[in-house]
Amino acid sequence: MTVIVKTVTRYTDVLILMFGMYFIFNGHLTHGGGFVGGIIVALSFIHVMLAFGKEVALKRVTERIIKLCVGLGAISFLLIGIIGFTKGAFLYNFFRKPGVDYIGEPFSLFSSGIMPLMNVAICLAVASGFYAIFIALVVYKIGKRR
Amino acid sequence: MIQVRILLVMMIIGAAIAIGSTDLICAIVALGVVGLGISLIFLLLQAPDLAILQLVVEIMSLVIMIRAFGMKDTVNIRERRFIATSISVILMGFFLVFSMAAIFEIPRFGSPLMKTSLFYLRNGFRQTGVPNMVSAIILDYRSLDMLGQVVIAFSAAIGLVLIGRKKIHASTANRAEREQK
Repeated sequence: MTVIVKTVTRYTDVLILMFGMYFIFNGHLTHGGGFVGGIIVALSFIHVMLAFGKEVALKRVTERIIKLCVGLGAISFLLIGIIGFTKGAFLYNFFRKPGVDYIGEPFSLFSSGIMPLMNVAICLAVASGFYAIFIALVVYKIGKRR
Repeated sequence: MIQVRILLVMMIIGAAIAIGSTDLICAIVALGVVGLGISLIFLLLQAPDLAILQLVVEIMSLVIMIRAFGMKDTVNIRERRFIATSISVILMGFFLVFSMAAIFEIPRFGSPLMKTSLFYLRNGFRQTGVPNMVSAIILDYRSLDMLGQVVIAFSAAIGLVLIGRKKIHASTANRAEREQK
């Protein structure tokens, strides 16, 4: 790409990443959530790959790390669900105390039990999953076996 | 709701252009009109969660489709198939006639059935303590559906990585070495 695109990418890419993080960590307070934030995070990585090429983009965040993150997101979501068995049911909110309705203080960042953890797990799975799909389209050869 | 109708007409025109155009990139960009129109309709109907999701997914699918199809080949099929077209038009007519009975049973636009959702709206904040009701429903009441959604994203990524295991840049590097020799 041209110098203009590279310079603009260098300044705006961190802002796009921060916007995705905002959606993830405030998913239980305002609009948004893990899925939307994960796709915005994946778009920021795709932005780097489109502007600078695949060698630069895959130098720090290699394919091994991305494949690890895809598995880690799905496994951690499942683990949060399984830990709920200790209090009675699958995917139960295990920070909940019996007899108390609210978990933590409402409208604060660290509240509502497992929901921020689930948002982070969904973000990991979705962001690395969509980035892996884009990498598979760019790097791998599909069809045409010699 | 005159805005929604204008947007629907725009979406139908965009879909028709996407079918009829001869260039692949033109078709992909015209297909973007449909998704962005749906996003604006969600925003007008006061569902900002879905509007953000639709906007972001539309941009992402546009980037992936242009990367996947737009640069490679511009094959288009121009032959007219009379029998297949007429059979599909007749089946479409049957479908429309029989679906009229279902359309008259749907409640009017702007007055939905509020049986299950009224329970969530009344008790949701008190039971979960989460201000965002959409998050409360998809992560607490219906979190098993969210598990299915995560599994879908996971299996799509794993499947596409598994299908194309052969790398491009390794083979081109080998070819460059052979040419140097």
